[in-house]
Amino acid sequence: MLTKRSERQARRGSLAAAVDSQAAGGFDRRTFLRRSGLVAGGLAALGALPLSSVRKAEAAGPAVAGATIRKNICTHCSVGCTLIAEVSNGVWVGQEPGWDSPINRGSHCAKGAATRELVHGDRRLRYPMKLVNGQWTRISWDVAINEIGDKMMEIRAKSGADSVYHLGSAKFTNEGAFLFRKFAAFWGTNSVDHQARICHSTTVAGVANTWGYGAQTNSYTDIRNSKTILFIGSNAAEAHPVSLQHILEGKESNRANMIVMDPRMTRTAAHATEYVRIRSGTDIPVIWGMLHHIFKNGWEDKQFIEQRVYGMDDIRKEVAKWTPEEVERVTGVPGAQLEKVAKMFATQKPSTLIWCMGSTQHTVGTANVRAFCIALLATGNVGGPGMGANIFRGHTNVQGATDLGVDIATLPLYYGLVEGAWRHWSRVWEVDYNWFADRFDKTTAADGKVTSTMNTPGIPSTRWFDATLLDKKDVRQKDNVKAMFVMGHGGNTVTRVPQAQKGVEKLELLVVCDPHPTTWASMAPGRKNGTYLLPIATSYETNGSRTASNRALQWGEQIVKPIFESKDDLEVMYLLAKKLGFADQMFKNIKVENNLPVPEDILREINRGGFSTGYCGQSPERLKSHMANQKDFDMRTQRAASGPNKGDYYGLPWPCWGTPEFKHPGTPLLYNTNLSIKEGGGTFRPRFGLEREETLPDGTKRKVSLLGNGYYSKDSEIKDGYPEFTLGVLKKLGWDKDLTEAELAIINKINPTTPDSVSWAIDLSGGIQRVAIEHGCTPYGNGKARANAFGLPDPIPVHREPIYTPRPDLVAKYPTLPNAVQFRVPNIGFDVQKAAVEKGIAKQFPLILTSGRLVEYEGGGEETRSNKWLAELQQDMFVEINPADAAERGIKDGAWVWVTGAENNSKAKMKALVTERVGKGVTWSPFHFGGWFEGVDQRANYPKGTDPIVLGESVNSLTTYGFDPVTGMHEPKATLCQVRAA
Amino acid sequence: MARMKFLCDADRCIECNACVTACKNEHEVPWGINRRRVVTINDGKPGERSVSMACMHCTDAPCAAVCPVDCFYTTADAVVLHSKDLCIGCGYCFYACPFGAPQYPKVGNFGSRGKMDKCTFCAGGPEADGSKEEYEKYGANRLAEGKLPLCAEMCSTKSLLAGDGDVIAQIYKERVSRRGYGSGAWGWQTAYRETIAT
Repeated sequence: MLTKRSERQARRGSLAAAVDSQAAGGFDRRTFLRRSGLVAGGLAALGALPLSSVRKAEAAGPAVAGATIRKNICTHCSVGCTLIAEVSNGVWVGQEPGWDSPINRGSHCAKGAATRELVHGDRRLRYPMKLVNGQWTRISWDVAINEIGDKMMEIRAKSGADSVYHLGSAKFTNEGAFLFRKFAAFWGTNSVDHQARICHSTTVAGVANTWGYGAQTNSYTDIRNSKTILFIGSNAAEAHPVSLQHILEGKESNRANMIVMDPRMTRTAAHATEYVRIRSGTDIPVIWGMLHHIFKNGWEDKQFIEQRVYGMDDIRKEVAKWTPEEVERVTGVPGAQLEKVAKMFATQKPSTLIWCMGSTQHTVGTANVRAFCIALLATGNVGGPGMGANIFRGHTNVQGATDLGVDIATLPLYYGLVEGAWRHWSRVWEVDYNWFADRFDKTTAADGKVTSTMNTPGIPSTRWFDATLLDKKDVRQKDNVKAMFVMGHGGNTVTRVPQAQKGVEKLELLVVCDPHPTTWASMAPGRKNGTYLLPIATSYETNGSRTASNRALQWGEQIVKPIFESKDDLEVMYLLAKKLGFADQMFKNIKVENNLPVPEDILREINRGGFSTGYCGQSPERLKSHMANQKDFDMRTQRAASGPNKGDYYGLPWPCWGTPEFKHPGTPLLYNTNLSIKEGGGTFRPRFGLEREETLPDGTKRKVSLLGNGYYSKDSEIKDGYPEFTLGVLKKLGWDKDLTEAELAIINKINPTTPDSVSWAIDLSGGIQRVAIEHGCTPYGNGKARANAFGLPDPIPVHREPIYTPRPDLVAKYPTLPNAVQFRVPNIGFDVQKAAVEKGIAKQFPLILTSGRLVEYEGGGEETRSNKWLAELQQDMFVEINPADAAERGIKDGAWVWVTGAENNSKAKMKALVTERVGKGVTWSPFHFGGWFEGVDQRANYPKGTDPIVLGESVNSLTTYGFDPVTGMHEPKATLCQVRAA
Repeated sequence: MARMKFLCDADRCIECNACVTACKNEHEVPWGINRRRVVTINDGKPGERSVSMACMHCTDAPCAAVCPVDCFYTTADAVVLHSKDLCIGCGYCFYACPFGAPQYPKVGNFGSRGKMDKCTFCAGGPEADGSKEEYEKYGANRLAEGKLPLCAEMCSTKSLLAGDGDVIAQIYKERVSRRGYGSGAWGWQTAYRETIAT
């Protein structure tokens, strides 16, 4: 036999050498343990040992001589895994684990470990293309920008600015997202949206309406501190695999309860201590069922409710209706199991609640989210380690893109669309307010009143094709949507694909800016002209910051230059702005080098205007220093114990108050009163008024305070609730003396007539924030969270059956909301539900259809299905069906089936996966497929060589009508279908 | 001397397939060849568990025992490697292997399968460490660079461990005592004729 004994010692720090020296000194164990993933804390005792051999091993360097190391962030979910790339001669040749990251510690999932392939570019779009009489034709960038710009101006002249829809991306960097929103503002429309609409828009609305900010309160790593972890509508093992590193380690070391509530026994549920099977769309009854036991047994946190919550008594009244019998009748969950779970959640604290799209993507999405928040509030599980609403977002930067206002209802950083918001950004952008006002369409109502669309929310991405297809008079803007300008967003990710196809065919202009052609290019075979495909660099080919789900920002550096003829998003926006004639105004304070806006300058502009959300302290310099010194940050606390960023929390999670010079460390946990504000503490945000008038049963009225009641954060000089800070408030407290002259001058300039009204959110000097924080106070005030969110369609969440429910018998008692016009288009959900019941749809389509993620793919899937290392692992679109349902239909595992949907005579051909994972009467499909339609392969519709390796039917060709009234969220998680053997 | 082993902690494996694609990425493994794969038992049922499987680099490897051309060898680190120059693609090792590790680029009988390919514990092959020839036939040689197999290094939940058998056994023991249960070091009895007492 051959025995290989290589001369490794002589070469580099080899493993054999390492093992030899282990016997002698023991320090190589350190390298090894680091690589084996043991926590650094356990190795403290070894810290003093000499590290010569460790260095040797680490200094062994990349496999390719002369390769350089570049750090970026994986783009496939919001965990924010550091990605280490080895680059040689401009080629990305290898990927190494990023051990120093306090988030992923070297780990990846299938997507992260395969991500290098994206930049190899086998299936990437190589150059700009245009559809000419049904043929894809190569064009130059100059021609593309010119023709697109001319057509946009033509549509603007004819139909108005709102007829050009701007669909952006959660894969933008923060700088890209901000610039895209700014671009839409300069163009003159609020119809600017991105993937957050269809993943967590209802979370943002529900959470922000409860306690102030609509984001994950804690973090992935903080779940290590939880004693009870409750998942509802989240399959983190597939959607956020690296989060499970923290969750499973926490579960093991705390012997924590891990409860998974889901219609499917998911891969996450496989690791749970308790699995609760619920019927799709019955989240509220499940939570109310839990609260029923909690209130009945007095397990609620009475002091917390008294001090920090408004309106919990109103919840008690609604919860009283949800007896264990009624809960079981509606949800299918036995009362005894729910009592057990409720007891764990309320008494084995800290408890956290994790939710995802299984709960948000419903007509009752916002109400679902509100119910979750209320469960946390009732049990006192907000504002401390191991607690909180751990909302796992989807893409790398869906949090950042949401924050930066790629949204129909707000300007960057949640300033809204009111005049004050526009004036704030006008000041930051140094562009006259009236200039913006002129850019927007004006509409005249029946009573002759003229309104500008500047102050009205745009059309959600779930409804763009309704705005194209509906009669002009039914769309509350100047004209229908005539053009889609799409940057980094799939076409198959929204429900009702057959309708979307009709919409695509009717568009005058379709521009798709993406690394891949995407389903937009293939989904409308009837479209022969007016489509442009522009090749865009992936995030790995750009510089810029991204915000992970835990609100922490990380700076990613360009790994390689954009491949082929691809361009950076920022460059395309600049070129188009130049063509459209507003580049000088738009890039007034942003340096542009070779047509590429400098991302650092854009982030500085975000800092200058980002006070409302605490995006003001994260300068590019600070973020780059965090990235370069990741090793200084402790994984458990996320804080740097030493080094240049000592005291900072990793990534300066927002709110990071004041100017960068103020050196706020960031806020790792929102609303944590155990820390002073200066150290990352916080209070609930009173943004719903200071008091509320209530009418008692006898008709008398009383005013109830919405400010905190006898609670405050550490070191606060005000020992009770207080309103938000303005110059006037500072004056009343006598703290205005602490403002510097320079700060005061800026404040006076913002509002020369009534400077007292200038608030912490619009004070561009950062002085008001600084002074409030120096006195231990939160700039936004100290209020109560709202159990009763007056102002929402359902201030107290109530159960409402899905539009297409398998239980028509429950519709009379739990109907959906009445029809209404929302976001410029009608929502006729009530009529659709009523018709479905009357027509007996549930008899024709007796199976629930719900959708979800696979670990190998992401989103609409065109990018990941083009990656050969991933595509090999999932080669077919499939539907999971219970063995009993399969047997009734003569369906065998792995056989082809036709799945038919309740609308549009829709049908889709896919493979059957017969499994007990889904209960009887339930089917499930992944939502990542596209490129087939009604059983026909659409591969020929892609430009040659750019078709994804794996194609399949989109589940959204089967999903149906239904929209959340608060955000326009669609309902792909609860509809009906029928399955038969093909 | 170190004795390299793999250990998959089935209570941690979530079937995320990072190990599979990390391997593809590191060694540019072609479509159809899977040096590593994740196997799930009781899929979709209570008690579902997954384990990541590849060549376990057995003590007294059965593949080596049946190889008619004696192409297998064991390195000083106890990694089982083979020579693709000697391999005739007969497939005997595939039948002998208790873990289904050997892979072949083609389908067929009697030597027409092509040269066998399998997990190298990221240790390359008989050619010079880090050489182009070694990379083309066997992929990267991380061990020679002082690095461990990338599949384990990138494992999302630190389920898959690779390294000195004693050290990874110790890590596993500590986990089991902390969590109070353990489903055992899957495949160790078969591969290494031992198990981890917990």
